[in-house]
Amino acid sequence: MQFMLLFSRQGKLRLQKWYVPLSDKEKKKITRELVQTVLARKPKMCSFLEWRDLKIVYKRYASLYFCCAIEDQDNELITLEIIHRYVELLDKYFGSVCELDIIFNFEKAYFILDEFLLGGEAQETSKKNVLKAIEQADLLQEDAETPRSVLEEIGLT
Amino acid sequence: MSDVVEKTLTALPSLLSLDSQPGSAKLSSTSKLGNLIRGITELTSKHEEEKLIQRELASIKEQVSSPNTSMRQMKELMVRAIYCEMLGYEASFSYIHAIKLAQQGTALEKRVGYLAVSLFLNESHELLLLLVNTVLKDLQSTNLIEVCMALTVVSQMFPKDMIPAILPLVEEKLNHQKEIIRRKAVLALYKFYLIAPNQVQHIHNKFRKALCDKDPGVMTASLHIYLQMIQENPEGYKDLTASFVTILKQVVGGKLPMDFNYHSVPAPWLQIQLLRILSVLGKNDQSTSEIMYDVLDESLRRAEMNHNITYAILYECVKCIYTIHPKSDLLEKAAKCIGNFVLSPKINLKYLGLKALTYVVQQDPKLALQHQMTIIECLDHPDLIIKRETLELLFRITNAQNVTVIVEKMLDFLRVSTDDYTTIDLVGKVAELAEKYAPDNEWFIETMNTVFSVGGDMMQPDIPNSFLKLLSEGFDSVEEDRKLRLFAVDSYVSLLQGEPGKLPQRFLQVISWVLGEYSHLRAELQPSTVMRLLSKLLDTKNTSSETKTWVLMTMTKLCEGAAGVSVAQEVSEAYSSSLDTVLRQRAQELQHLSQDSELRARVVPRDAGLEPLEVDSSLSFLDGFVSEALAAGAAPYKPPHQRQEELAQAKALSLEPYGLSLPISISSCSIADRQSPTLLSMSSGLSGDSTDLSHKGGSTTLKLDGVKRVWGKEGYLAQREPVEETAQVEVPSPFRSPSQQAEADSSHSQTPTPVPTPEPTQEKQQLASSLFVGLSSQSSVCLMGKSESAPQRFRRKAKSPSSSSGASEQISNSLVSAPSTVDNLLCDNLLDTNITSELAVSSPTQTSQLSQSLTTANGTCDVELTDTKGSNHSLIRDLSVAVAADPSPHEDPDKPKDFSSHLPAELSGFSHSEITPLCSNQSLDLSACHVQQKDSLVLVVFIYNSSDSDIQQILLELDSDDLEVSGVCGSPVQEVGSQSVAVCQYSLSVKRPSVHVEVGGVVSYQLPVGTPQSAQFSYKLPLTSFIRPLTLSTEEYGTMWLAFSHDTKQNLTLINEGQESLAATLNVLKKKLQLHIVEIIGLEGIVACRLLQDQPCLMHCRVHAGTLAVWLRSPVPDLPDCLMYYCQRALQEH
Repeated sequence: MQFMLLFSRQGKLRLQKWYVPLSDKEKKKITRELVQTVLARKPKMCSFLEWRDLKIVYKRYASLYFCCAIEDQDNELITLEIIHRYVELLDKYFGSVCELDIIFNFEKAYFILDEFLLGGEAQETSKKNVLKAIEQADLLQEDAETPRSVLEEIGLT
Repeated sequence: MSDVVEKTLTALPSLLSLDSQPGSAKLSSTSKLGNLIRGITELTSKHEEEKLIQRELASIKEQVSSPNTSMRQMKELMVRAIYCEMLGYEASFSYIHAIKLAQQGTALEKRVGYLAVSLFLNESHELLLLLVNTVLKDLQSTNLIEVCMALTVVSQMFPKDMIPAILPLVEEKLNHQKEIIRRKAVLALYKFYLIAPNQVQHIHNKFRKALCDKDPGVMTASLHIYLQMIQENPEGYKDLTASFVTILKQVVGGKLPMDFNYHSVPAPWLQIQLLRILSVLGKNDQSTSEIMYDVLDESLRRAEMNHNITYAILYECVKCIYTIHPKSDLLEKAAKCIGNFVLSPKINLKYLGLKALTYVVQQDPKLALQHQMTIIECLDHPDLIIKRETLELLFRITNAQNVTVIVEKMLDFLRVSTDDYTTIDLVGKVAELAEKYAPDNEWFIETMNTVFSVGGDMMQPDIPNSFLKLLSEGFDSVEEDRKLRLFAVDSYVSLLQGEPGKLPQRFLQVISWVLGEYSHLRAELQPSTVMRLLSKLLDTKNTSSETKTWVLMTMTKLCEGAAGVSVAQEVSEAYSSSLDTVLRQRAQELQHLSQDSELRARVVPRDAGLEPLEVDSSLSFLDGFVSEALAAGAAPYKPPHQRQEELAQAKALSLEPYGLSLPISISSCSIADRQSPTLLSMSSGLSGDSTDLSHKGGSTTLKLDGVKRVWGKEGYLAQREPVEETAQVEVPSPFRSPSQQAEADSSHSQTPTPVPTPEPTQEKQQLASSLFVGLSSQSSVCLMGKSESAPQRFRRKAKSPSSSSGASEQISNSLVSAPSTVDNLLCDNLLDTNITSELAVSSPTQTSQLSQSLTTANGTCDVELTDTKGSNHSLIRDLSVAVAADPSPHEDPDKPKDFSSHLPAELSGFSHSEITPLCSNQSLDLSACHVQQKDSLVLVVFIYNSSDSDIQQILLELDSDDLEVSGVCGSPVQEVGSQSVAVCQYSLSVKRPSVHVEVGGVVSYQLPVGTPQSAQFSYKLPLTSFIRPLTLSTEEYGTMWLAFSHDTKQNLTLINEGQESLAATLNVLKKKLQLHIVEIIGLEGIVACRLLQDQPCLMHCRVHAGTLAVWLRSPVPDLPDCLMYYCQRALQEH
């Protein structure tokens, strides 16, 4: 996978993850073009797009569009399911996720994405394992952080 | 005691505030970000948003740079900065703070820091270097989460040059007890493999361990690496096929934990990955394919549920089945699957069905026939994507009979398409089809007109180029050529009379060139009329100066008669003071030549110039000028690298002796090569210029350090530009000489096939019949890419056979001129033999056998060939895929154990590699070894006849992608007596370096009784066998070093033997790889070697921080990388 974009029906970018090195200018140009192209498509149309030399796979969930760019030999349908699995993960983590959850906690959405896809490839496809990893990180940090900072502040370390 | 109390007391306020902090901080962080977000949503205009964000960014900037900001606040600031960047506002000031946060924060803060880094920077960003230490520290942390975070960031981006610094730590993590760490480590190594494959070459065996990991997640992760490696070298991993098949069987059979199920399908991602790997492994390999038939069948059977995920698996299965060696019942099932896809009401599946059809239609054109009505419907689908894919499918089934309809459909699409990328792609395809299958001249020219108008200035430049080439080289009938050119001229004149201002520049250039060359064919057309039409173009505002140059060139060709000369004078006056130098030059030429008709006839001969132009590449005509200049005290010319070297020497304190390098590609001779004597009069001034400039460059070397370099560089630029222009506008000149009479090759005389032009009607049935015409008759469309089923109308003449590429060209010719309905096996074989025999021509030994082998192939079916029928073509074209039929021959007591006694006497003095068996069957055993001589590498093949009767008509043919093969001995082996050995020798040299090079071959022979037999084999040898020492002086080394363009750098382990570690290391390399040590100076050493024949590779190494920093350079691509690999191995093995 080359990149993944999340944007709203109004064309506002909500999440972007680039797995290929591109300049900021290119990223902006691609985002702008893609948002336009995808938003212009009608609901019954094909979820796949040929765009430049890439394949775009997109799917709409409520007011959010999830959009992935893959290479020609990649499997379009499984990419569609990657999007779906990601939505499932978000849903499980936030508890029936909505766009606002992703807007206000976008860093969490990134953390989940990073546990699920790494370097553009599916890293862990077991839903349980992904969430376990996220929860552990969330928990462990809060445990580790409070006592340590208290000690530091008092200067006893 | 009081100390502690005091400390506690002073800390109390902050402690109190801290107490409230966890809650309040969270609240404030959400509220601060929340405020921002809410603020933005309340805004109405883009302008207001910009103002708000700029304010926000300013406040973030102020806070991050304040020393009082705690890491906790920093984390919150980073989140806001990320948000601003996502909205498209730059926050580059925060990048460095993101790195700091990752470095200094506690786990929670670190996590945000790493996230910010991965979102802000990409892997080529220089700030990333600052992250290396943090990553190093976290990789060694005892906190699992920190290790995870470090591995996550490493798998997303890491500076390529710093990989060696963390590689050992990542490697170590492969043995970690936690599967999540192992999995992330595997993915990090995958990333390393992608960006720097050389660096992880030594840990390939660890990948195998990951593949065998007990955790399915780790195993799945390792498949990414394997897919990549197998795609690069399928031969190297054939042994893993059975393992992959077993894994897939277990997955399909539901042996994985339930966690991995996705909508009750077991591990679909894993299944798809495995299917992709299998299809690469099974491609063109029957025996490997056979291993996977069962599991593919099972996968098809199991994937029956009606859900997207099963379709994804089915689609991958179908792709795999059509890629590997075919099996009929699987193909049938796959075809049924494709049918279901195509017919599905779900649009996504329909799309994939079309895509799959496109993929398989060359192998199975009948499948397209079955679905013709659906395809017709898709052609009118409201979704452009579906339409586009349908056109792609039609493109693949185009033949001479349906070309007009299909091209019409494509042009229709082009007219409505707004996407540049699609336009460029489709225009190229239309041009390709038009060139291949055009039914007549009118259609061809008109189609190309549309291509040029629609494609405009976006299309690939090779389309107009090849069109012009086609026109100028002509075909086989002089009369046809004339008609085509005449039609083009007529068509263009009428276009120019219309509204030429609307035509794209490229098209105008084509038009002006064609008119310049061929308008004289239309006798009633006055040159002056054409010139007037063209001069209208010059006056049009939109015409680019490049086009104007073309127009002026055309005028130079046309300015005849009083009327023409007067137009020429008018135009040349107008442009002789143009600011554009090229235009000015053309105008000058036009002016001079229009006045001197004799000179013009010589410079731009019309229709004459049958002889190829001779180019004086040494520029000897300038000798007089040069010697005059030298006599007048000018400094002699120095090539750029020499100047560069002197420059480096002048800087006595330079610590980087080889650091400076100019792009040396434009050397003096490459410029000279482009000059042609026809332009002598015009270009002499130019070349004079260049000498002048080089004088300046040379004579001032001693002083004025700064100024001189600018001069040198500018001199280059100034010189390069006009020369390139000359070369460019000169392009037509070779075309002007219509190519020589075709060789007496009867198969080339093509007559246009009479084609019934079907009338496109609204009736779909009729459309279908016109689209799919000609598909059913071709029952056997071969696997070798796009098949040439019908005689091609516009085929270029073959080049003269004396050229070095003659052999390969002839092969392609014999391929295309094959009978159109390759229906039976016999013809198939004949075709193959044709090709192979032509291949054999290159090794002169075999020619006498040609007729014999033809008759044998004709006479009866060859057993071996029948078996591998499906992949025949590719085997012949790319012999390297031919796997040795049986690399370990069965033990035969009668077999002579030692062939070395049969080594030719002249080779016995040299060391030879171990004699390895190539292939064997009941009557013939082939073995081979290679012998390294000083200036060559000889491959010796031993043919041992183990049967009781004499074997005749032995024909041994070798071919290789990587190697040049030529026969050494004069007399080819034809017969081998019973129980005796014959020896063949071949001299090998490297065409394209790779770590291992391989030569493939076929041996065919005839037993006294029975049918002709053949067997395939391949022989692999390391690149090091072609490496020889290169003796040169340090000065020569310096000169060469600067001139080479391909390089690679890496740190290698130093062999530690006290003081002399550098010398010891280099000696090991010298001994193992046959390198020549030029000189060792202190902590640096320079080494040289060459790849046979005479392709140098230089090594510069320096001892630095306990490792050996090696830098390799060569003019040959890939050679430095391969050699680095061997250096690394040699030192590891030591």
